[in-house]
Amino acid sequence: MEFLTIVQLLDSTLRSATPLLLACLAGLFSERAGIFDIGLEGKMLAAAFLSAAVAFATGSVWIGLLAGIGASVALSLLHGLASINFRGNQLISGVAINFLAAGATVLFAQNWFRQGGRTPQLSGDARFDPISLPFAETLQDVPIFGPIYHELISGHAILVYVALFMVPLTWWVLFRTRFGLRLRAVGEAPEAVDTAGISVVHLRYAAVIICGILCGIAGAYLSTGLQANFTKDMTANRGFIALAALIFAKWRPWYALGACLLFGFLFAIETRFQNIDLLGFTLPVQFVQALPYILTVVILAGFVGRAIPPRAGGAPYIKER
Amino acid sequence: MTLMQKFLGATATLALTAGAAFAEPALIYDLGGKFDKSFNEAAFNGAQQFAEATGGSFRDIELQSEAQREQALRRFAERGMNPVVTTGFSMSTPIANVAADYPDTKFVTIDGFVDPGAHPNVLSILFSEHEGSYLVGMMAAMASDSGTVGFIGGMDIPLIRRFACGYAQGVKAVNGDATVISNMTGTTPSAWNDPVKGSELTLAQISQGADVVYAAAGGTGIGVLQTAADQNILSVGVDSNQNYMQPGSVLTSMLKRVDVAVFESMSAGADLETGVKVLGLAEEGVGYSLDEYNASLVSDEMKAAVDAARASIISGDIAVHNYTTDDSCPVLDF
Repeated sequence: MEFLTIVQLLDSTLRSATPLLLACLAGLFSERAGIFDIGLEGKMLAAAFLSAAVAFATGSVWIGLLAGIGASVALSLLHGLASINFRGNQLISGVAINFLAAGATVLFAQNWFRQGGRTPQLSGDARFDPISLPFAETLQDVPIFGPIYHELISGHAILVYVALFMVPLTWWVLFRTRFGLRLRAVGEAPEAVDTAGISVVHLRYAAVIICGILCGIAGAYLSTGLQANFTKDMTANRGFIALAALIFAKWRPWYALGACLLFGFLFAIETRFQNIDLLGFTLPVQFVQALPYILTVVILAGFVGRAIPPRAGGAPYIKER
Repeated sequence: MTLMQKFLGATATLALTAGAAFAEPALIYDLGGKFDKSFNEAAFNGAQQFAEATGGSFRDIELQSEAQREQALRRFAERGMNPVVTTGFSMSTPIANVAADYPDTKFVTIDGFVDPGAHPNVLSILFSEHEGSYLVGMMAAMASDSGTVGFIGGMDIPLIRRFACGYAQGVKAVNGDATVISNMTGTTPSAWNDPVKGSELTLAQISQGADVVYAAAGGTGIGVLQTAADQNILSVGVDSNQNYMQPGSVLTSMLKRVDVAVFESMSAGADLETGVKVLGLAEEGVGYSLDEYNASLVSDEMKAAVDAARASIISGDIAVHNYTTDDSCPVLDF
C-alpha cells in the first residue's frame, strides 16, 4: 500500500471518528453517573437538524452550534426528568427520545422550509469550513512529515480538534477533579454519595447536561461540518455505534479514543476498498461493515478482558427513609 | 334485524361500487421518502401533473417501515383507489401477495416485477437504466481529465448494479483505458439516506483520482453532489433532474421518467392496461438532462457524441449489456 493512501485512509478515519468520539464521550459522562443513554442517536439527530436550521436562518454557524447544543440538552433534560425524578426505565426513555427526534426533526423541517424534511443548503459562514493549520501549504513538500501534516493533521473542521481535545479534558475532569470523583461514585454507589451529604440528583443532572452538550456538538458537526444541510435520519445509526464503542472502551476516555479511531478506521477501509484481498482471501465489504458490532459482541462475551459497566447504571436512585 | 342488516349491507356495497366508478388513484412511495429530490420525488411530480391536468386528486403515503408495505396496499385497495401505483423494487412481493384479493383493483409497480401470468391485474413498469447510464457514462468519460471516474450506488441491489454496469460501458466506449471506481453505500435500506457516507465515499474516490462521480443513491446522493461541488469536481445526478442542486458542478443527470410513468398510469385510471412495460431510450423513459445549469459544462462535441450513441442504441447498433439479465457485467467487477 502506498504511503499517501495510508495517510488518506487515516485522514478519513479522523473525519468518521469525530462524531463517534463526541457521542461516545457524551455517553461516558452519562453512564459513569449511572444513567444509561441509548438516546445518543436521537440527540445527535435533533442537534443536527436545529444547528443546520438556525445556521441557515442566522447565517452564522456558531449560533447554529449553540442552537444544536440547546436542542440536545433539552432532550437530555427530558431523559433526566424521566429517569432521575420519575425513576422511569432509562432504556425506554432513551428509545422514546430516538423516536421523538426522528419524527420531530422531519416534521419541523417540512413545516419551516417545505423542502421535504430537509434544510436548505448552507454556504459561507453558515458552515464549518476546514481550517488550514499554519505552514500546511509550505511544509506540504517535505517528505513523510509534509503529507502527514498537510493531509492528516491540517484541513479539518474546528470541531474535529475540539473532539480530540475533549479526550484529555474528560480524563482530567473524571479522574483528577472532585466533581469527577463524585460523578463516578454516583454511578457506582449512589447511597454512599448521598450519605456523604452530596445530592445524587444534582450530580446526575450535571452528567446528562454534559452528555447533551457533547451530543449537540456531534450533531452539529454532521450537518454543518461534514454536510451542508440536514437530511432525514442523517445520523444513520452513529449513536448506536458510539454506544458500542463505549462498551468496547470499557467506559474509559482514552480507550474511547482508541475504540472510536478503530471504528473510524474500519469505516475508512470500507469506503476506500470495495473488497479486500487479504492473503489470498477476498474479504467482502459487508464483513468490514459488520466488524464494529462483531468486536463489541466479542468484548461483551468476555473474550478480550471484561467490560464491567458502572454498578448503579440503569437503576434509579431511591432514597431510603 | 337481519333484514335491516341486509339492507345496510346492500347500501354499503352500492356505495363502494359507486366509489369505485369514480376511483381516485393512489401512490405509495418507497422508504427513500416523498422528497428525496430523486426517484420518489419524480413519482410525486408525475402525480401532481395528473392532478393539475385532470383536476382530479390522488392519495399518497410515505412508507416508514418494511412492515407497512402490504398494509398500505390493502388500505388503498379496500378504499376503492384505482390504480394503486407504487415505487421501488421492494413492492413486488407485497403486490404479488395482495393482488389476487382485489381482482378489480389495478396495481402498478415501478422498478418491481410481478409475474403477469399469475397476477393479471398488475402492471410492472421497468426502465432501461443501463441505456441512460451508458449515455451519462460517455459524457463523464469525455469530461474527465484524469481518465478515472467514479460510481456511487445506494443499496447494493441488482437494479443499482445495472446503473453501474451501463455507466461503465459508456465510459469504456469513449475511453477504453479509463478506470471506473465503483462503491456501494451499504446493504440495508438506510444506504438510501446516508449523505455523510456519500461524502466520505466521494472523497475516497477523489483521492484515487476520480474527477467525475455518478451517484445513483437516493438521498445519499445529496452528500455526493455537495462534496463534488466542494472539491471542484463534476458529478452526475440521477432519476430527477438534479442539475440545479449544485449549479456548475453537476455535469448532467440521468433522467428516469418515473413522473411520466406515474402520470400515464394515473391518467389511464381503472382501464389501465396491465402486463409488463419496459421504458428505454426509444420510449424516452430514460435520458440525460440539459438545462441552463449545466449548459456551460456540456460541449457541442459531447452532445453530438451522446445523441449519436442514443440513436445507435435505439436502432440496435449498440447493444448495452443489462446486468440483471445474467447477473454479471463485462466491464466492471463488483
